[in-house]
Amino acid sequence: MTTKTYEKYYVPAQSPWPIVGAIALFFIAFGAGHYVIDISNQQSGFGGYLLLLGFAVLVFMLVGWFRNVIDESMSGLYSAQMDRSFRQGMSWFIVSEVMFFMAFFGALFYGRVIAMQWLGGSSNNAMTFELLWPNFEPVWPLVKTPGGIETQAMPWTGLPLINTAILIVSSVTLHFAHTGLEQQKRGQLKLMLLLTLLLGATFLSLQVYEYIHAYRDLGLRLDSGFYGNTFFLLTGFHGLHVTLGAIILLFVFFRVLKGHFTPEKHFAFQAAAWYWHFVDVVWICLFVIVYML
Amino acid sequence: MTVVITEPNDHEHHEHEHHDHKPGGIKRWLYTTNHKDIGTMYLVFALIMFFIGGAMAMVIRLELFQPGMQFVDPHFFNQMTTVHGLIMVFGAVMPAFTGLANWMIPMMIGAPDMALPRMNNWSFWILPFAFLILLLSLFMPGGGPSFGWTFYAPLSTTYSGDSTALFVFSVHIMGISSIMGAINVIVTIWNMRAPGMTWMKMPLFVWTWFITAFLLIMVMPVLAGVVTMVLTDKYFGTSFFDAAGGGDPVLFQHIFWFFGHPEVYIMILPAFGIVSAIIPTFARKRLFGYASMVYATASIAILSFLVWAHHMFTTGMPVFATLFFMYATMLIAVPTGVKVFNWVATMWRGAMTFEVPMMFALAFIVLFTIGGFSGLMLAITPADFQYHDTYFVVAHFHYVLVTGAVFSIVAAVYYWLPKWTGNMYDETLGQWHFWCSLISVNLLFFPMHFVGLAGMPRRIPDYALQFADFNAFISIGGFLFGLSQLIFVWVLIKCARGGVKATDQVWEGAEGLEWEVPSPAPYHTFETPPVIK
Repeated sequence: MTTKTYEKYYVPAQSPWPIVGAIALFFIAFGAGHYVIDISNQQSGFGGYLLLLGFAVLVFMLVGWFRNVIDESMSGLYSAQMDRSFRQGMSWFIVSEVMFFMAFFGALFYGRVIAMQWLGGSSNNAMTFELLWPNFEPVWPLVKTPGGIETQAMPWTGLPLINTAILIVSSVTLHFAHTGLEQQKRGQLKLMLLLTLLLGATFLSLQVYEYIHAYRDLGLRLDSGFYGNTFFLLTGFHGLHVTLGAIILLFVFFRVLKGHFTPEKHFAFQAAAWYWHFVDVVWICLFVIVYML
Repeated sequence: MTVVITEPNDHEHHEHEHHDHKPGGIKRWLYTTNHKDIGTMYLVFALIMFFIGGAMAMVIRLELFQPGMQFVDPHFFNQMTTVHGLIMVFGAVMPAFTGLANWMIPMMIGAPDMALPRMNNWSFWILPFAFLILLLSLFMPGGGPSFGWTFYAPLSTTYSGDSTALFVFSVHIMGISSIMGAINVIVTIWNMRAPGMTWMKMPLFVWTWFITAFLLIMVMPVLAGVVTMVLTDKYFGTSFFDAAGGGDPVLFQHIFWFFGHPEVYIMILPAFGIVSAIIPTFARKRLFGYASMVYATASIAILSFLVWAHHMFTTGMPVFATLFFMYATMLIAVPTGVKVFNWVATMWRGAMTFEVPMMFALAFIVLFTIGGFSGLMLAITPADFQYHDTYFVVAHFHYVLVTGAVFSIVAAVYYWLPKWTGNMYDETLGQWHFWCSLISVNLLFFPMHFVGLAGMPRRIPDYALQFADFNAFISIGGFLFGLSQLIFVWVLIKCARGGVKATDQVWEGAEGLEWEVPSPAPYHTFETPPVIK
């Protein structure tokens, strides 16, 4: 091992935020559970309120926790080793996010390549086909389910293509924001970061418009069979991640305006950028696999 | 390995200076960032959950004591088998290993604490709330989850009770906890090793946990994905697992077991690390084949991603797929065999003594191997058609999880307890605990092989008359095993309150950084990293 100077690793003394965060997650999980049960039973209950309370506590916790971390960072408590811990932690978090999307991409692959063919009578499933759904045609997009629900497929041209371009450009602008930060060009940093945020917001608005279009014009719904399931859950979870990424970038933008971050030390910026590039890559996979193919 | 512990130099006084005294009161535990406090909380939590899950097992064995319906109705029986499994997997075994990781990894690699101490506390405190939700759901109208811990669709979608949403969200936050815990472990090991603690000098417990953390990060999100699909299938009209909508119930099993098989290695790899620490100490010899142990662990982890469908041989998969999964599964026996032979070779001509940790470790080797062999039998596709969903499977996974994972955790607790408390535990009581557990656990699980081979199905509250004698026998074994664990609690409380003072090294043959620090380990260890030469 090469000789490194080991500064004292900063171990915070005590912190109320983790337990507050755990209580927030308790309210969210317990509230969401009851909320879902309430709406499926078409009754009113406390679930929704508890869920909102949970999110409020979560926001309170995040604000307090990040304030502590930023104060510690600005007062120089963090060594290079600490910075590496943060970077590695963020990287592994993104790995876990990739695996979350993999579960849904895997389901899409299986449903499309295996389950649909079997429902059409291939492999050793001739009798399922003959006896249960003899009129089923295994074609993708699955616009008519074996049970008979009909829908229309979302074309990849038009809105999705524009959205793809928007997200790719937003990754590029974010990259230039980063080079601006590293070369001490604060003007470029602010402009490019703002541009990234605007592009993100545009993407989300167009996505909402696309959903409305799907529901109203195409009859493509969450419950219209396997095609609708995978379409909405994949694009929906992606949209949630874009929203989260945009919120993170927004806070990074505020910090930039306050003059935070130096060319050497800007972990928060870096993490937000990684996250943004990650959701961008997920979109490209989504665009190719869900929309185009 | 020589260790130079440099004296802590107080040249810099930071604004937020470390408190060397422990903060008092409840706030110490609620607000803590200390890896030892968090490790203790994890371990105590796991013990409590072990008893709650154990109580459910007692209900199951009580009902199965005699044929016919005796005490509970089938729906409640199903809830007991389901929640017993969920609690033991996610509430007892996994948190116990995380607790051991918290306590031991920073001390073993010469780090001042875990890499992300606040997140560490968050990971822990999520767990009691997650299990509170799960246990509360048992009191919902319609009862709690009753679809088995594997929550196969359509049992968990079309045919499940109202409370399924609570189950889903409690699994979600358990997953968040596990992922954050795993990130902490992996970053700590990667980034916090003391100078000179190179990768191939790390104790095997650290190595196995490093690989386990990787597995957790890879598969816990997949579990989150599959419970989300269950949620939307049940409540929002999607048809991931419904053939009429173009989905497939077998898809559920594929996604679930893609998580589930690495999950079983998550519950056994740290056990391998523990046994690899204990055997050399009490054999007073270096571990035989250190490097091969590391590579075997890594091989098992990689193979664990390629074998999931061996849980699904009877679902009607194409023959090609069943053959692939059968051979891939059998391949795992090779690295596992490497480990078992290495432990045996470590003991060869060693100067062995048989204190309680060693006894549990030895029982682990023998009994885990039995569980491994029955696993090999189950891996053979045509044979599995016979064994599938019988008590043979129950016997198999209880041998690897109870006499495997749980025994290793108990061994680890006895092994490191003097380091934690500064007192030696009561050896006589510990031996009582060991022998009672060993005998009763075999009374409990060994006959399950026979009733399983004879065709007794699992998860059914009643059985054919010819299984009556064996089941009575099994139930008695179960009650005795449950009672034996009370001795364990007694030993723990007694040791925490006092006893013969432990030396720093505690065990004559113990090697490693954790034995260089005083017993009990001070609140903060290695604030300045030691130098390992």
